[in-house]
Amino acid sequence: MIQVPDASGRFGKFGGRYVPETLMNALLELEEAYIHYSKDPDFQAEVKELLHKYSGRPTSLYYAKRLSEQLGGAKVYLKREDLNHTGAHKINNTIGQGVLAKRMGKTKIIAETGAGQHGVASATIAALLGLECKVFMGEEDMKRQQLNVFRMNLLGSEVVPVTSGTRTLKDACNETLRYWVSHVNDTYYILGSVTGPHPYPMMVRDFQRIIGDEARGQILNEEGRLPDYVVAAVGGGSNAMGIFYPFVQDDGVKLLGVEAAGRGVETDEHAATMTKGRHGVFQGSLSYVLQDQHGQVQPAHSISAGLDYPGIGPEHAYLKDSGRAEYVPITDAEALDALQLLSRTEGIIPALESAHAIAQTIKLAPTLSKDQIVVVSLSGRGDKDVEAIMGYLGGQKHESH
Amino acid sequence: MNLIDQTFARLKQEGRTALIPFVTVGDPDFETSLDIIKRLEQSGADMIELGVPYSDPLADGPVIQRASERALRSSITLADCIRMAERAREEGVRIPLILFTYFNPVLQFGLEQFFELIVSKGISGLIIPDLPIEEDEEVRAMSEAANIHLIPLVAPTSKDRVRRISKKARGFVYCVSSLGVTGVRSDFHSDIDQFLTTVREATDLPIGVGFGISSREQVERFERVCDAVIVGSAIVRQIEEAVPLLEEPATREQGLAAIGRFVAGLKG
Repeated sequence: MIQVPDASGRFGKFGGRYVPETLMNALLELEEAYIHYSKDPDFQAEVKELLHKYSGRPTSLYYAKRLSEQLGGAKVYLKREDLNHTGAHKINNTIGQGVLAKRMGKTKIIAETGAGQHGVASATIAALLGLECKVFMGEEDMKRQQLNVFRMNLLGSEVVPVTSGTRTLKDACNETLRYWVSHVNDTYYILGSVTGPHPYPMMVRDFQRIIGDEARGQILNEEGRLPDYVVAAVGGGSNAMGIFYPFVQDDGVKLLGVEAAGRGVETDEHAATMTKGRHGVFQGSLSYVLQDQHGQVQPAHSISAGLDYPGIGPEHAYLKDSGRAEYVPITDAEALDALQLLSRTEGIIPALESAHAIAQTIKLAPTLSKDQIVVVSLSGRGDKDVEAIMGYLGGQKHESH
Repeated sequence: MNLIDQTFARLKQEGRTALIPFVTVGDPDFETSLDIIKRLEQSGADMIELGVPYSDPLADGPVIQRASERALRSSITLADCIRMAERAREEGVRIPLILFTYFNPVLQFGLEQFFELIVSKGISGLIIPDLPIEEDEEVRAMSEAANIHLIPLVAPTSKDRVRRISKKARGFVYCVSSLGVTGVRSDFHSDIDQFLTTVREATDLPIGVGFGISSREQVERFERVCDAVIVGSAIVRQIEEAVPLLEEPATREQGLAAIGRFVAGLKG
């Protein structure tokens, strides 16, 4: 496949920069700074050092033996992004962008957050680098993820409740962009996924590709060959893009993105952007969007606040339409079952987001032979979700006495 | 000749600045919106911006967001907004109408179908706030072919882009008064006059200023340096306050009169 994006930020027809004029120079400056620093050995060394010494990379590629045996098919490997500092892959990107913000001379950062993982990762890097940080979070998500709100406060960040629209991730993104339009002169926006206007989809992918770069080396080292499948959950799609990207040129490796089907793709309550969405412009780029026939963006639903988003990164749209990757839906119920199975077989409580990738693996692995390999991105740990899961599982919380 | 150009030419002879109010079409419903548009013309509006309601209005502050929500509750679509222009013409509205829409509703409508439909419906201009020059080539060509002016926005942050944007502009150049989204504000970007001078030097077209203008004093301040003053949120807020009056047949005229008085007051 050809190198994407092109100079105008296009992945095939997808991507671009559909933003108010007020932001255009800021995006051009950001692109210029990013291209400059991405070639600067000093910048690269600082990012690498932090990923290693601060976040604990490389994360392990763990052979989930008991899960594989239980599923009775392919060997399942878990790329343990949950072992990162702050508990998810999000820190890979905030370290990169935080260091970039500092090099660009910005003293204030802003971020949007859904589940709170990107917010916590941004607050963390702000504390570490001495930057002032505001995190925009939907009021609804603040209720679902109270612990992460408190974490961000502990880290010295301000959490700004978003009360417009759906009061979830979609509107948190809108409010962050609106705030940025007003404070573009001194504020750096750390966007948390491979979404938004160019250069974010490219830049966030580049900061997240370490997941796939490591996993590719680790599986070659472990098994002497590439996997048959790479599976990852997609909301905006940053952990998926990060693990997919280094495998894109490996034709034999099937790439499987797992999106949230919520209460089912046949209902109105899902976040299955690829399965049910159409091409459209949303929050700065052309990609797949959940929308009605008039182009009004529809609210998404997922048990997982991190996947509860009606858009998806443009490079995923490109991978889908070119046939290089496939995207499948997993319901709330399937994700909850998968979360419990992984907890009981491997002693790993995954984040609800990552549980979607596990659920697809539960479907996939038994259809494969024992000499086939599935690598799953375990993008985050479930600590943040434990309280919510307790609510969803109702009375079952007492059964484990 | 495009009606926008004719209007600016006439105003220039009269030594006047255009007052361009913005309304969200269908706020709070289609028929009321039509009455408001007629009232705006009677109260001295020189052109009207017709805002297409959208679920994710990135460039707009809370006042226009709420107007969008009200209109969307009335199920107003892009096609309804075009029909509004047609109805306004049928009911005698003669001033230029400018459609203000985010890009996605147009994209989903289909660009060709959209331009086929708006030709001869009384729409003279088009503003798409999330379509910067880097992305507008196709739309610009189709607007040109349809004799509809694609009016670009320039911002205080545009700097060296001002010249490039102005070169491609039609109708007038819309100067964003300050950083930020739409909404009433008490102060403006400190370099606003320098910014307006830069734009003036970059184009022979009229220049308009908008975002945050809400009072007669502010209109007056910008009349001296601009050819058009756009007032959005302040009028939309008047409409919002008048909604209870507008919804009751007995007080409807009272509500329309309040909106009319506000606009006439801006005009001075």
